[in-house]
Amino acid sequence: MLKFLPRRLLQLVPTLFLVSVLIFGLQQLLPGDPATVMAGEEHDPAVIEQIRKQYRLDRALPIQYLYWIKGVAEGDLGESMRIKQPVSQLIATKLPVTLQLATMAMLFAIVIGIPAGVLSAVKKGSAWDIGANVFALWGISTPNFWLGIMLIFLFSVQLGWLPASGFVSPFEDLRQSIAATVMPAFVLGNAIAAVLMRHMRSAMLQALGSDYVRTARAKGLLEHVVILKHALRNALTPVITLGALEFGALLSGAVLTEQVFSIPGFGKLIVDAVFNRDYAVVQGVVLVTATVYVLLNLLADILFILVNPRLRD
Amino acid sequence: MSAAVITPTELAVPRDGPWRHAGRRLVRRRAAVFGLCVVAAMVGLALLAPWIAPFDPLATSFALVRKAPGSTHWFGTDEVGRDLLSRVIWGGRASLAAGVISVAIAIGVGVPLGMLAGYAGGWLDAVVSRITDAMLAVPFLILAIALAAFLGPSLSNAMIAIGITGTPIFVRLTRGQVMNVRAEEYVEAARAVGNSPARILLRHILPNILPPIIVQATLAIAAAIIAEASLSFLGLGQQPPAPSWGSMLNTAQRFLTQAPWMALFPGLAIFQTVLAFNLLGDGLRDALDPKAT
Repeated sequence: MLKFLPRRLLQLVPTLFLVSVLIFGLQQLLPGDPATVMAGEEHDPAVIEQIRKQYRLDRALPIQYLYWIKGVAEGDLGESMRIKQPVSQLIATKLPVTLQLATMAMLFAIVIGIPAGVLSAVKKGSAWDIGANVFALWGISTPNFWLGIMLIFLFSVQLGWLPASGFVSPFEDLRQSIAATVMPAFVLGNAIAAVLMRHMRSAMLQALGSDYVRTARAKGLLEHVVILKHALRNALTPVITLGALEFGALLSGAVLTEQVFSIPGFGKLIVDAVFNRDYAVVQGVVLVTATVYVLLNLLADILFILVNPRLRD
Repeated sequence: MSAAVITPTELAVPRDGPWRHAGRRLVRRRAAVFGLCVVAAMVGLALLAPWIAPFDPLATSFALVRKAPGSTHWFGTDEVGRDLLSRVIWGGRASLAAGVISVAIAIGVGVPLGMLAGYAGGWLDAVVSRITDAMLAVPFLILAIALAAFLGPSLSNAMIAIGITGTPIFVRLTRGQVMNVRAEEYVEAARAVGNSPARILLRHILPNILPPIIVQATLAIAAAIIAEASLSFLGLGQQPPAPSWGSMLNTAQRFLTQAPWMALFPGLAIFQTVLAFNLLGDGLRDALDPKAT
């Protein structure tokens, strides 16, 4: 573990460096003069000149990058052209909203995906197994924004049980907050549940076919003890780490879900920024997402070693 | 000379090729055959759209605004009186083209890069692998949105964005496969008789690593169709008034109370097409890789 960690941390450096180059490079894709495009509707030469100065667009590319990355390292992700606020501040206000949504979605995914996977492995070939597999296939094939629209139609328009859109902070009104996030969280968690179910099923099938499960059965242990204590505990390990990797899918899905349900989170921030041609915000959001994702992968690796005694030394 | 060695019985029973064998395994899977049929039907509809679509997908009519599904307009009409069935059929063109073209871009860039990295090793492999890692560090749709945002909103830019975003998966897959077979005896033998690296890669390695790439391509088309629909839903793909399933859903959301059918049919079209590609991909995996099952 002690040997592994520094090496793994060292690996992050080139990855994050290249991610930053990639994100910085996006600017080069802008057609025409970047300063003019970034100014958008504004045609005042003074404004364009100011943008050119601010982003040092008159300097060589590597110099521009160095200035940009120096700012990033100091927590300065630039300023939003449209809202005239520091990008880091914008992200800081939107991130908790998305994190709440993502946490609830993950909860849905675990509560649905793990039992479904266990059940379909234990009852392999039965109607339960077929049902769980159909559910998984449905989950990965349904575009989540469409599912969101259909649920809004059912639960908000037809039945009037849940609000169709908006967000309430849990610190203001917990009940309202849950009512507003339960549908988007289900929509977001649904696809992850399908993936978790598939992972859980194959890990469980492997565990059930192993020697230690045969031994446990031979000892005369009750079947549910064998399944829950012996097979499930071992099968969960790979699923936990694979589940952590699904966080990327969660962030991607949040963009659409927040759009459908008008939730003022991280995903809506990037979409609004795209339409306002607020390129500094787009770059900032992508950079923060990538960093969070890379760190989560690291966490998953560490977790995998911690829960797996054989790898600990 | 060599013909004398072959016994008549061997000639009478021709050896079954691996591809034909895989084809037979695929046909035995009902779900995969169903997927294949749906894919074929959707491709047929998209190709024959000008002759099959009952109405002009762009023709508006104030007399027909938001008509519910009926005998003339099977899927109903939209907010400006356009026939939804015709728009769904024409929209299939955008979705399928986006799926196939973006995956073709990802394969066209990713497979050669992966083969070079896996075969050459050394610094080339290190550079390619680090760039792949960096691209995979950004969640798929977020990278696609960022690329589409900077390239500008249009269907072709969406395809490029999805294609670039999908490339690292093919690089990583191909690289791993090449590294697996690089040390195989038949590759050693090909090298020993003096084949050039290019010939070894194309004639000896590529045919052997093709099956997992085909499986991945099928599943990637499913993901690309969802990605195109997502970008169009956000307004970054196909631009109005040209029909696409994603942008139709975007409009439909605003008329959910008055015209829910506007949201139902484009969504079903995406679901059915993506499901079909996923079923086909799963079936191909079972048929092409007997070890995986």
